[in-house]
Amino acid sequence: MKDIVHILWLIPLLPLLAAGALALAPRLGKRSVSFLAVGALAASCVLSVLALWATLGESEGEGEVWRQTVNFPWFSMGAAFMEIGWVLDPLAAVMAALVSFVGCMIFLFSVGYMASDKQYARFFCLMSFFAAAMLGLTIANSLLLLFICWELVGAASYLLIGFWTRKPGAAAAAKKAFIVTRIGDLGFFIGMLWLSSASGTLLFYDEGKGCLEESALTSLGAQTALFGLAVPAALTWLVLWGAMGKSGQAPLHVWLPDAMEGPTPVSALIHAATMVAAGIFLLARIYPLASIAGDAVSFDPLAAAAWIGSLTALFGAIVAVAQTDIKRILAYSTISQLGYMMLGLGAGGPATAMFHLLTHAFFKALLFLGAGSVIHACRGEQDIRRLGGLRPCMPFTFACYAVGMLALSGFPLLSGFWSKDAVLHEAGAWNPSQLPFFFGLAGAFLTAFYMSRQMVYVFFGENRARTENRQSSTRPKENDAMMTLPLLVLAAGAALLGFIGTPALPAFQSYLEGQALETSAGVLWEAKTLGLLLLSSVIALAGIFFGWLLYRPSRFHPATQEDPLRRMLPRCYRWAENQFFVDELYQRTVLRGLRFLGDLAEIVDRRMWERAGRLCAAFVRGIAWIARLADEGLANAGLDRFCLSVRRIAALLAKIQNGRIQSYLKIAGASLAIVALVFAWLRS
Amino acid sequence: MASLSSYLILSALLFCLGLSAVLIRRNAILILAGIELMLNAANLNFIAFWRFGPHPESLDGLLFVLFSIAIAAAEAAVGLALVIAVYRHHRTADPNKIRELKG
Repeated sequence: MKDIVHILWLIPLLPLLAAGALALAPRLGKRSVSFLAVGALAASCVLSVLALWATLGESEGEGEVWRQTVNFPWFSMGAAFMEIGWVLDPLAAVMAALVSFVGCMIFLFSVGYMASDKQYARFFCLMSFFAAAMLGLTIANSLLLLFICWELVGAASYLLIGFWTRKPGAAAAAKKAFIVTRIGDLGFFIGMLWLSSASGTLLFYDEGKGCLEESALTSLGAQTALFGLAVPAALTWLVLWGAMGKSGQAPLHVWLPDAMEGPTPVSALIHAATMVAAGIFLLARIYPLASIAGDAVSFDPLAAAAWIGSLTALFGAIVAVAQTDIKRILAYSTISQLGYMMLGLGAGGPATAMFHLLTHAFFKALLFLGAGSVIHACRGEQDIRRLGGLRPCMPFTFACYAVGMLALSGFPLLSGFWSKDAVLHEAGAWNPSQLPFFFGLAGAFLTAFYMSRQMVYVFFGENRARTENRQSSTRPKENDAMMTLPLLVLAAGAALLGFIGTPALPAFQSYLEGQALETSAGVLWEAKTLGLLLLSSVIALAGIFFGWLLYRPSRFHPATQEDPLRRMLPRCYRWAENQFFVDELYQRTVLRGLRFLGDLAEIVDRRMWERAGRLCAAFVRGIAWIARLADEGLANAGLDRFCLSVRRIAALLAKIQNGRIQSYLKIAGASLAIVALVFAWLRS
Repeated sequence: MASLSSYLILSALLFCLGLSAVLIRRNAILILAGIELMLNAANLNFIAFWRFGPHPESLDGLLFVLFSIAIAAAEAAVGLALVIAVYRHHRTADPNKIRELKG
């Protein structure tokens, strides 16, 4: 069991092999495709759980995290060589187990959801590739390896979001996701290069020599970069930049809602467990580096993370209130929840953020798969105004969705309640400012509100799709077990997972931080903890209540009435409905700026470079003309004349050869006579 | 008895006669005749130098001339045959009109 670290590489490799096999054999039958993909990921899941099991109960209890690494040199450049490897510690184990388990559920769901798609094998090939890249990211022990997997995740998400290649919206969304996350990756990449040059290694842990260990951290902390900013702070800023892109933090969130163009299981995979979690995971991974950066208060990247997170949490929640696409609501909800994670990370620490990440992965995967189930049953309808009344038709989906919705809203005792409470607890205790805490509370209220709005829209009232065109639509039916079973498993997780990290028994936090577990039921009854628990319960219940109050079917009929919020707060609703015009803002500023630059470049090109080119051409032509003159006047003429004279002499000589024997003889005779005369003259 | 130089002058005249015939005549047969004349001029020289030489009794000059005459006869036979063959082929015996050897 202790040696499981040596086969840890199998966790990402198995899905990768499955992806490769599927890529090479796209004509495989559906049954074998599903078997291959799900089987590979399930095997990874088993391995991850074994690895998790191995890390459990291994901590020494003094804040030292139990950790095993396997490093090996990858390639050498001159004297230096690049090492990569993988690490088994609580963070990696939890993340790998989470990704592979939730991924497994999503794969199972996809078997049912994608059953009628023609590109079934391609879908599972890409999904396996995605899962492999994400699992590689979780166990990477080198920033370089992590970066490679990070980019592979980005590439896979590009392919998956644009899976329906014939849909122009999907292609645009895929491009947007890739480019926007790429803007973030730029920061990550610069940070990685800088870290490599500043500390000499990119390994996280290497028996005391890694860049996240004591000696490297102290030497890094002693260096300062620009403006008195410590190097670790600068590096964390850069990595935070990368994480903001990947984890959809405002203002780099714009790709995430558009990513809904892909198939719903892809949305679940991207939003729940994998891609968006990568940014939080990365920050949690380099947290030792970030935590020593807090000296210069004005530039503290963790404070920035807390601010960004709280603002994003509030922003996402506000926008989600006014959306009408079932998946888009969930997308903004994801942005909002990622904001909570960021807030937890900045104000509290990786344990808080990872706890919320864990619970969020379950309930958000559940919600997305539930939404997928609804969409599947209603033949691709995603507009909540045209859904409705599905509760009697799909009781099972309704029950699971309700669990997910309550967990996300922070209904007492469900998982979201505990993890969000942990985040809010840390935010409330945060020294620099109380504002993020209140943002978080407001976001929590809105979260409960928009989820209850969505629930009422989708599952209550009458079925509007059927009433509109009675002929074409039949009554939606519950999906088969292949799609409902994953919902059940995820619902169980969403309901119960919170109990591993309650304030009274912070098992998850102490496991992640390597502390000894202390059961402290007394903490629960302390005024601050209890007050906060009660406060967030009240807020969640109030949100749900208001949502029900405004949208309850007896009062509001979406088919005929306009949204009550639009009537009450028309201007605010318009802003939220249009997502605060962020896309338009980018259109006006960034894109217009780029276009202006492009035009400028074109003008410069045309006016300056083209003229310079023409000038050069004329110059060259002039030189060529002179050269031609010299050639013709001197070299050619001389040679020509020489050739001409040779030819004339030759013509003269050729005349002698006229074929007349007698003339030959005459010449011979004359020559003889001349020779004779010369001899005679010489003799005398 | 006439002196050696008178014989030599005669033979030189004879040779010039033959040579001018060879160079000027337009008939291959007469060119052959010119060659015969030049040959006989040479024979005359042989005889003259033999008679006025240091050993007139040894007959070797006469021997040369006899051989030369024999060869000249053979040469005339071959030459005439050649001329006839050329004539048959080219329908002319004028060597200036036969210019196939022109370079």
